[in-house]
Parts: sequence; C-alpha cells; structure tokens
Amino acid sequence: MSRKLYLPILLIAAMLLLAACPSAAPAPAEPAAPADQPAAATEAPAEAPAADTSGIDELSILWAQWDPADYLQQVGNLYEEETGIKVNIVQEPWGSFFDLFATEMASQGDTWDMVVGDSQWLGQMATQGHYLDITNFLVDNGIKDTVVPATLVYYGEYPTGSGTYWAYPTEGDADGFAYRKDLFENPDEMAAFEKEFGYPLDIPQDYDQFMDIAKFFTRPDDGLYGVAIYTQKDYDALTMGYENTLFPFGADWKDADNNVMGVINSPEAVAAAEYYRELYDCCQAPGLSNAFFSEVNDAMISGQAAMGMNYFAFFPALVNPGTNPDYYDKMGFFQNPAGPSGERGAALGGQGLSVVSHISPERQQAALDFIKWFSQDDMQAKWAEFGGYTTNQAVFESEEFLNATPYNRAFAQTMQNVKDFWNIPEFGQLLEVAQRELSAYIVGGEGNAQDTMDRIAEEHDKILREAGYIQ
Amino acid sequence: MTAISQAQKESTGQVQPRRQRRELSDRAILNLFIWPTLILLIAWNLFPLIYSLFLSFTDYSAIANKAPTWVGFQNYADILSDPQMWKYFATTGRYALVTVGMQTILGFSLAVLVQEKFKGSGLVTTLILVPMMLSPVVVGMFWKLMYNPSFGYFNFLLGFRNPSTAPEMLAGRFAGQPVPNLALWAVALVDIWMWTPFVMLLVLSGLKAIPDYLYEAAVIDRASSWFQFWRITVPQVMPLLMIAILFRTIEAFKSFDLVMGLTGGGPGDQTELIAVNLYRQAFLGQWRTGRASALAYIILIVIIAISNLYIRYLNQAKED
Repeated sequence: MSRKLYLPILLIAAMLLLAACPSAAPAPAEPAAPADQPAAATEAPAEAPAADTSGIDELSILWAQWDPADYLQQVGNLYEEETGIKVNIVQEPWGSFFDLFATEMASQGDTWDMVVGDSQWLGQMATQGHYLDITNFLVDNGIKDTVVPATLVYYGEYPTGSGTYWAYPTEGDADGFAYRKDLFENPDEMAAFEKEFGYPLDIPQDYDQFMDIAKFFTRPDDGLYGVAIYTQKDYDALTMGYENTLFPFGADWKDADNNVMGVINSPEAVAAAEYYRELYDCCQAPGLSNAFFSEVNDAMISGQAAMGMNYFAFFPALVNPGTNPDYYDKMGFFQNPAGPSGERGAALGGQGLSVVSHISPERQQAALDFIKWFSQDDMQAKWAEFGGYTTNQAVFESEEFLNATPYNRAFAQTMQNVKDFWNIPEFGQLLEVAQRELSAYIVGGEGNAQDTMDRIAEEHDKILREAGYIQ
Repeated sequence: MTAISQAQKESTGQVQPRRQRRELSDRAILNLFIWPTLILLIAWNLFPLIYSLFLSFTDYSAIANKAPTWVGFQNYADILSDPQMWKYFATTGRYALVTVGMQTILGFSLAVLVQEKFKGSGLVTTLILVPMMLSPVVVGMFWKLMYNPSFGYFNFLLGFRNPSTAPEMLAGRFAGQPVPNLALWAVALVDIWMWTPFVMLLVLSGLKAIPDYLYEAAVIDRASSWFQFWRITVPQVMPLLMIAILFRTIEAFKSFDLVMGLTGGGPGDQTELIAVNLYRQAFLGQWRTGRASALAYIILIVIIAISNLYIRYLNQAKED
C-alpha cells in the first residue's frame, strides 16, 4: 500500500472508532426491550435539598413553533420578573421538532433544560433515559392532584398504570369540531332540516345526527360541503382523525394486555372505519385528500365546510377577525358526538413538560423549581388567560375559564374523554401501518373496512411480538 | 537597501522568518492546500458513506442510547424479503419509466422546436425553463391547488365543472370511484412538467453543436428531412440526450420532495416511492437507522447498476 494512503485511512479508521462508541457517558442501566420497562433514570428530589441553583440565570425550554409557545414565553417573562431567571422558549417547526430533539438526546445533549414533548414520545424518552423521573417531585409537592387525572396518565405516565411520571401536563389538547353557527341557526335551514330528518337542527349529540347534518349541508352547486376532516398520510393526521370515531364507537387500539388481534379489528373498529369512509365519501370538502389542521381551518375560513375537525389548539385562528374575516363571529364549537352506544371519545393532542436528564443537577433543580411555580393554581389561571390550554383541575372547572373563549367549554368536556395512540418506543412503526392502511381504504377507496382492520391488526401483532409486548 | 545592510541583517538573524518561509517546499505548499479539502471531503462525504455502510449491518436507532449491534446481512434480508418493499420499488420503477420517457420525448421535441430562431425565441426558451428553476416544494404546493377538484385549473381545462363527477387526481379517484395509480400519474405529470425543460436544455445544446456541413452534405445527396433527422440529428445529440436521461433516472429514483408536497405518499401507498419510504423508516418516529441505511445502499446499488447500463450505451454511442 502506498504511504500516501496511510493518513486518510487512519483518519477514517479513527472516525469509525469514535462513531462506534456513540457516547462517553454510561448507557442506561436497563436495556430498552421490552420497551415497557423504563430505564433506571435519575430520580428528581421532591423538595429542594439538593443542588444550589444560585448560579443559574437562564432556563431553556424547547417546544414546537405555534401560538401556545408564545403564550408560554409570556408565562416565562413573569417568572423572570419574579425570580430574575430568564426563561427562553425555543420554538422549532412541527415538521422537525421531534427529529431535532431526538437527535440532541441521542448525543446526550444539554442544549435545552426542558421540553414540552408529545405524549407519543414518552415511551422512547423514558426507556432511553432522556427524561428525568419526576414522580416523587409531583407526588410530594401535591402537584399530581392539581391536574385532570386523564391528562397526567396520557401526558406524564409511562408505562401506563405504573404511577411513574415523566412530565407535567402542560398543554391539554384534543380533537373537537368547529361549526358554522350562521348555518345551524338559520331559520330556513332549521325548518328544512327538521322537515327532512324529523328532528331539529342543533349541535349533533351522536354520530348518526352528525352524518345527517353533514349530508344536509353538502351542496356542491353552492360550493358548500358537510365536513372537513383529517386525511393526511405524511405522519399521524389520518390516524388521529379516525380515532375520533374509533373511541366513541367503543373500540381501541389494544386491550389491557396489549393484545391487538380481535381488538383493533373488532366489529366496533370496523364500523368506525366504515363511518369515517362514508363521511369522507359523502361530505368532505373537495381537494382535502391530504388534509391536516391548516387545510381544515382553511376550509372553514373559506366557507367551504359546515363542520371542521381539529385540535382545540388550532381553533383560536377561527375566531380571530384577522385570520377569519368572514366567519370569525359565526363560529361555534362542540365536542365529538357520542358513538352508537353513547360512548364519548376523542384523539388526544397536547404535550407535557419534561426535564432533560442530561443537564446538571443544579439545572435540573432550577427546572423543577420552574415547574413547581408554573403548576400553582394562580399561574395556571394566568396560563389559561394568555391562551394556553391548562390541565389544572381548579382552573378547568371555573366558570371564568369555561366562558373565556367560545371553545373552552367544549374543550373541557372533551378532555374528560380523551384517549391516545400507542406511546411505546415502537409507536412509529405501528403508526406507519395504520396510516398506510387507513389512507388506502378511506382516501383511496380501496378494499373494505374488515380487510383493512385485519391487516392493521396482523401487522401490529407482528411488531408487538417482535418487540416483546405480546408473548 | 545596500548589500552591506542586507548582510548585516542576515548576520543578526533579522531575516530568519523570511528564510524559513522560503524553505517551504513545493510539496509542503501542495499539502497545505490539499489536506484541508481532503479532510473536509473525508469528514462530509467519505466518512458518512462508510459509516452508513457499517450501520447497514447493525441493529441501530440514531435516537437510542445504545451502541449499534452487529446483525450481519439481516437488514438486507429483511428488506429484500418484504413484499411491501418490492411494491415500493415497483412503484418507483413505473414512476421513473413514465417520467423519464415522457421527459425525453417532450424535451427532444421542444428542443427541436425552439432551435429555430424566431421573433421572441429567447423569451420563449427562458419561459419554458422556468419550471425547473422553481423549488419542488413550491411546485408541489401550487400543483395541489391546480389539482383541486372544485376550483383548480386542471379539471377546469379538462372541462369538468362539477367536483362530484370530476377526477380527484391526488386522491386517486374519478367521480368518487377509485382509479388504480391515478395519484401516481398525477405526481408524474408534475415531475414531467417540471423537468422536461432540463432535457430540452441539454438536447438544445447538442443540436446547436451539430456542424452545418453535415446537413449541407445530406442536402447535396438529396437526403430527405426524415433521413437527416434519424441519421444526423439523433446520433449527434445522442451522447447529451443519454446524459440527460441518466441524470433524470437517478433523480426519479430519489424523488422525494415533490411527492411529500403533493400526496405524502398516499393515498394508501399509491405514491410511496422508495425514497419516501426510506425517509419514513429513517425518521418520522421510526428511527430505524440500521435498516434505513441498508435500504439506502440497496437503492444506491440499483442506481449504480442502471447508471452503468446508460454509461455503457453512452460510450458505445460516442464510439459510433
């Protein structure tokens, strides 16, 4: 070999060696698989005996780029006024939010002290030791009892039912519906509807009524359609949209033992898929074959749709004269209608605030101090006042909160019935199957609901068995 | 400066640094320029290439706090035995065939048309080139609007006024009924619209380089226009045309941004090209870095194999 080649080869070999040892720090004590077992993470102190936080004058929180992050910055400014510690909310576009945070965690980075992360991330972040276990902190400081129980389960607990918490429920969110009050309250429309269906036109109480209303308002000649619902295939939108029929129809992704065969392809789940497909076929505004929150809001703002499915966090744009000049004062909101057996349910959105485990004990303590301050009832009231969707039980039930916006009451009702997709580390693989199959059946119009749900069940079963969740 | 003062300075060592610089050999200067570039190349190109090859033989997730585990050819075997992956390869093959085929025919035709000088030909040529200058994401966004069944130009130009009886291209339906691969052809159409000018540009430069005396000789021999086209124009342009086809084939196999902007790979997996699926496995909540690396290498091998075929043909065309 030529001498000239030695140096480049040595360089490459050195880089490979470096890369083969991804971290200098010790790996988590517990292996991740089966991933239901969280890594032995650092336990947060309940009170503050620990680290001296006097040297810390700035805290950094990563969140997605959207309005609630601006509201949290306002809360952070109040914290700075009170304590002198600057709180900096770093906003990253939704499309790269998870990738950015995940890669930083892979390198055990300490760029941010806290993250307002999605509920689906919990399993991955907990099992891989990136989140600080804040169970004792939440319990001993009484914070656990201040939040709506369902939100603590979905935004903070992993594994589900374990009583181990990794996040403080910060931004509650779920799917609901916006509707055009000017259409629903128009006397001519009301009379025509009652004549056709035999009951008065009002906010739909169940999905049968919802379908009637959607069909009633579908008038292609007038450029008006019954609904705008989620159909996007890119990431999780269609699956989340389908959950808004799946849960009220009495079905779920799994049973208590993580079994999926006979669960996600149960008659209820199949009926929910058939319903969603019928809704898309009959009444979806044209062109919304790959639609998520912005497309749905656009359909409402342009007056194309009578009812629009969306996360509550995206409803402020609909009552803002700046973004919805024609219909901002004609928007009403309601929770998902009940399913055939009267059951309610909605897809969960929202995020919890977690402390990054790779930061120093002093910074961890400072982060916990912020959470403790932020979780107080009066601060949660402020958070709600700025526009954040609090999960604080006391604020949640107050008349002041319920009447603060046209959608808060529907939001409060919805949050009592939320459910979520899988939050285990393999959620991405499970999601890809659901998105692909549901998209083919609902948007592409291919095959039938039973075959679709059977395929999802089979592939989910395979993934879960390989990962050790089902023996 | 006098010779004496120079000698004095040399004796006191004042010009020592200058002498040292002079001692830098040509080889040293060469190394000084080459090595920074070489190190950058190794760090940004060669290292990721080799490291991802290593990762393709491991069970590894870039976000997991675990070192890669060696699994040999398991990832390759899993991918090659997965019927779903073959489906994505077949979809990509169909897409590449249609887009490159149409771009070649249309690009060649346009080049022949704009080759002749006419009033405003420069402006027309520039306008034709506009699509390929746009960002694929922007193109995806506005074609999404053009395909809209209720207010989009596409259906309007086809004569459809009622959305419920019109094609919904990106949903793969016509009058509400599913049409196999309609969404794929809709995406292919946008790709053809965007990249035909690229083929045209290369062919045009080939056409302009054909010496006039070849045609003059043909005219003297009373050769027909058709004969001139097949025996002079096509063979002369062929090397550049093959390069255009090679580039477009490689790009077709890597198509990603346009598809994500238009359909996100849906409906179902109608437009799930292999590059889109690679992204899905590497990121989007899955983070199966080892498997995604293996898939990337399989795609690379396919592209190299196809490119080799083209290059062989290209060399043959040059020799002829």
